[in-house]
Amino acid sequence: MSDLLDAAPARPAAHPEWARGALSTMWTIRRFEEAVDDLFGRGLMHGTMHLSIGQEASATGVCLALRPDDLIASTHRGHGHCIAKGAELEPMMAELLAKDTGYCRGRGGSMHIADVARGNLGANGIVGGGVPIAVGAALAQQRLGTGRVVVCFFGDGATNEGAFHEAANLAAIWNLPVVLVCENNKYGMSFSTERSMKVATVAERSAAYGMPGVRVDGNDVEAVHAAATEAVRRAREGGGPTLLEAVTYRWKGHSKSDKNLYRTREEIEEWRRDDPIAAFEAEVLRLGTLGEADVAAVRDAARDAVRDAVRAAMAAPDADPAVLLADVPAAVFSRPLGSDLATPAARRPATGGAVR
Amino acid sequence: MSAPAVPAPLEYVVGQVPAAGAPRVISYAEAVREAMGQAMAADDRVLLLGEDVGVYGGAFGVSGDLFARFGGDRVRDTPISELGFVGAAVGMAMSGLRPVAEIQFSDFTCQAMDQIVNQAAKIHFMLGGAAHVPMVLRAPGGSGTGAAGQHSQSLEAWFAHTPGLKVVMPATAADAKGLLLSAIDDPDPVVVLEHKLLYRTSGPVPVEPVRVPLGVADVPRRGTDLTMVATGVMVSRCLTAAEELAAAGISAAVVDVRTLSPFDAATVLGEIDATGRALLVQEAPRHVGFMAEVAARISESDTLYRLLAPVRRLCGLDSPIPYAPQLERAVVPQVDTIVAAATALAEVG
Repeated sequence: MSDLLDAAPARPAAHPEWARGALSTMWTIRRFEEAVDDLFGRGLMHGTMHLSIGQEASATGVCLALRPDDLIASTHRGHGHCIAKGAELEPMMAELLAKDTGYCRGRGGSMHIADVARGNLGANGIVGGGVPIAVGAALAQQRLGTGRVVVCFFGDGATNEGAFHEAANLAAIWNLPVVLVCENNKYGMSFSTERSMKVATVAERSAAYGMPGVRVDGNDVEAVHAAATEAVRRAREGGGPTLLEAVTYRWKGHSKSDKNLYRTREEIEEWRRDDPIAAFEAEVLRLGTLGEADVAAVRDAARDAVRDAVRAAMAAPDADPAVLLADVPAAVFSRPLGSDLATPAARRPATGGAVR
Repeated sequence: MSAPAVPAPLEYVVGQVPAAGAPRVISYAEAVREAMGQAMAADDRVLLLGEDVGVYGGAFGVSGDLFARFGGDRVRDTPISELGFVGAAVGMAMSGLRPVAEIQFSDFTCQAMDQIVNQAAKIHFMLGGAAHVPMVLRAPGGSGTGAAGQHSQSLEAWFAHTPGLKVVMPATAADAKGLLLSAIDDPDPVVVLEHKLLYRTSGPVPVEPVRVPLGVADVPRRGTDLTMVATGVMVSRCLTAAEELAAAGISAAVVDVRTLSPFDAATVLGEIDATGRALLVQEAPRHVGFMAEVAARISESDTLYRLLAPVRRLCGLDSPIPYAPQLERAVVPQVDTIVAAATALAEVG
């Protein structure tokens, strides 16, 4: 017991508020994506989506290391990042359900959800596409002296894109306040990291750019948080970028078309036993930070919040084709002949506003 | 198109030559620099980034002394990383800055196309209006410098075909300044396609930061027999051709499209209505080029009923730009080929 007390200040899992928050975020992500999977399977959701079930600890651990006004750039597998950065569930679910009340009013869907007001610059449908953008956002923070840090999430696959390498180099030479977080889930769609990289880890690619590279167990929310906290501190204090590799695994297929032909059932089962949520629950129970009833309450609250979001989003009005081009620059290009200049669309005020 | 024997002059005086006491005359490159300098002086958020824009002064000398005036943070040299720094400009624009990214040759936009087409152009729309991307991408295009196939293209149709991008092609020094100032002000991404041959041309340019609005075509010359619609360096060639045509008794109007997106259809179609004959002139290859869009707008409108002759396009050949000067000249419209095409068109109907 005395050991525990001594260790408590250094271990966030020993703090009830932190533990409850981390657990709540991870359960909310899990339940949200399970609901999405279910809606998809029942034909109630169209398009495509990419689930991060099994990867909840990396989004949660990293975002818990951020201030509310810090920024993130996300990926096509971005529901977890969005929730961990504080997004509301209802407009997220509404966006996936193609509703007018969605974050993007039905124009973006799962791959483009953003919550600019909360510092989420957006998911991205292009692998590696967000990395240069995050680096530019970090340059803006540096120039404007905001003290904010930018976190860029991307997968292992993105580290084989030129965009990653160019942006990492820019971040390094300009000493920018950005943390490059690679969620290495072992596969770029079907292509394993063993086949796609000659080096053993993503983290060691940092050496090419003269920045620290750190590799952590991405299914250990405390380990992720500790590494992210250090990288964020360095970035905020002017110490420049870090490449943080969080090793994890996606339980579900890449997208709905995935038949899992490239991996074995045994491999999936093995990783499912390394459930980041179950592991963290066991740890907080072992530490006595939370009791069984607390943990159950967190679980139930996440379930209820997602259920409420689904219910409200289902009842919301559909995105309306009649106003498709309202308030977007595309309107200028699609009006009937001769009316290109008929309205001041190109000069309308910002609706949401860029991050200031 | 036959290859003229005489090399084209590298410098074109565009617009009206000022009389004594008339407005100040500076070069197109100086006008671009002046616009950037005035925008940066007026607004701390504006910065320039690109390859060799700093102490070198820009590949074409456009940024010149801006580095000395504003320092390396705001006139920021980048590695040779078009994808990286154009993407960084997108992120800066989303986060409170007003970046102007310079691409050394417009051909190199190919390296950055994801950030231009998939990111900058679409973010405002895909996010349901939650963010703006107020960035400017400046890039010189065009042939005539012996730079061959990868340094001489006219790629404007690609950008104009991308919803969410605004596209301008200044043809005069005054517009190089005025359109760029408007582009920097604009809340959305604007691609400014300058022309390498025009950098050394001169014209009257207001000393003050006078904006030329985006989306408004210019009519530098009116006429009665035919209307030449042109973009970029072809505007000055059409104006020179119009002088020769006038000497031969043919009155030709010249319309400078200036902004390809959004397109000022009203002005362009109105000027074609006035003469009943349209000669559409672009440096870019003909196939699926911007002038195909202009021709389609004519055919979709009442202007069709006012035509006295079929629409005629005079464009670059559907070929990469060759190196040898006589081949390079042969591949894009020149003053003499414009005169010949206009003369033939004026005789129809």
